[in-house]
Amino acid sequence: MARRYDGNVTTFSPEGRLHQVEYAVEAINKAGTAVGLLATDGVVMAGEKQKVTKLLEPPKSSEKIYKLDDHAAAVVAGLTADANILINEARVAAQRYKYQYGEPIPVEQLVEKVCNHKQLYTQYGGQRPFGVKFLFAGYDAHFGYQLYLSDPSGNYSGWKATCLGQNANSGQSILKSDYEATMDTEACVKLALKVCNKTMESLSAESIDLFCLKRKDDGTMVHTIYPQETVAKMLEEVKAEQEAADAEKEAKAVPMSS
Amino acid sequence: RRAAPRRRATGRPARPVRGAAARSAEMECTLGIIGDGYTLIAADRNAARSIVCFKKDEDKVAVLDSSKLMGSSGSQADTVCFTEYVQKNMALYEITNGLKLSTPAAASFIRNELARALRKGPYQTNLLLGGYDGADGASLYYLDYMASSNKVNYGCHGYCSNFVLSIMDREWTPGMTEAQGLDLLKKCIDEIQVRFLAHMPLFSVKIVDKDGVRVLEQPK
Repeated sequence: MARRYDGNVTTFSPEGRLHQVEYAVEAINKAGTAVGLLATDGVVMAGEKQKVTKLLEPPKSSEKIYKLDDHAAAVVAGLTADANILINEARVAAQRYKYQYGEPIPVEQLVEKVCNHKQLYTQYGGQRPFGVKFLFAGYDAHFGYQLYLSDPSGNYSGWKATCLGQNANSGQSILKSDYEATMDTEACVKLALKVCNKTMESLSAESIDLFCLKRKDDGTMVHTIYPQETVAKMLEEVKAEQEAADAEKEAKAVPMSS
Repeated sequence: RRAAPRRRATGRPARPVRGAAARSAEMECTLGIIGDGYTLIAADRNAARSIVCFKKDEDKVAVLDSSKLMGSSGSQADTVCFTEYVQKNMALYEITNGLKLSTPAAASFIRNELARALRKGPYQTNLLLGGYDGADGASLYYLDYMASSNKVNYGCHGYCSNFVLSIMDREWTPGMTEAQGLDLLKKCIDEIQVRFLAHMPLFSVKIVDKDGVRVLEQPK
């Protein structure tokens, strides 16, 4: 039934659905995992990189984490080429705002501008939607640290912690049980790695980008992409804790012999 | 028949501004003072052109929103038009984004608009933007029709500034109470009424502080 109404992005189905937009959202569910968490003193994000092979030249800048402005960054899940266009839109919008108002753009306004651009491709004919989901992290004077998730339909929502891409559901359930709003960036980084450990097939320091956005006391923003050695060390701790927790659970699960 | 005015490729207005229209901004007076947690803006109440005074109860201090005031002087078409344009843009920003623009951001926006119009058809209006933002306190911006913008502690537009700024230089101190600020304003107005050529009996006075905008009586 859907076949007849899914060819064109600008056609509603009789049930009132836009199938092309839904397919675009589906495309990202197959993409590499990304996770974001709001900490009391910053925002933490992680993204799964594409498979590293011997012949692949490592990229000069991250392929998952992009700086949008001094106070905002984004993690990408989906088609990188599509993401590049939108990242550029976001960067220009941020600078345009700064040019006009002399202040950094409030994070939600930046997210909304990107999302409004995405929405165009779900309403005006001829072109497919962007196959990208973003996690936006930012800080502004109005609402402090913020985390937003946006999808190809142009919808966005604010989150305390969220997961997208492959196995996002299991990642999300870990976040639901383990995340607390009182966690600082250190704790959130550990939790992000724990989530990636569960959702990714093989987690290693080379296969993810781990990022943190923090604000110093003097007001300057710091974007940190953790170097591989640091990630490797943290990963060891997380994996050890995970194994210990799993062993405990197994031990508890063994029935008491009468 | 007169030839139609030539349109220049550079975008300068076809008829250069001259005469009384250009000078009207100088014959008006706008004053601004920063005090302890407030900004005071005052302006004369004459609406005049050349040798004629149309009315003596014109209010030239506009309320941009609940935390910003803007005193404007210059040809009425531009002051009223531009002031309303700024007011409505502030309102649009607030409704669209659920946030109020801070005073520095508003000054940046206003200056940008003046700069954009400068090489097409300038707004012939001089402005004093005063506001109060919670954490950052009171601020005052001096903007003129050439799209300059400066953050100041006190300011004055018009020929009156020749008299008023000397008084403000001497008498202004940081952290003046509202009463002290009004006292300083009175000194300035008294000097204008004694020494300035144009007759300016009435001034509109408005103040903005943490509680918003209030209309004050002209200090007697």
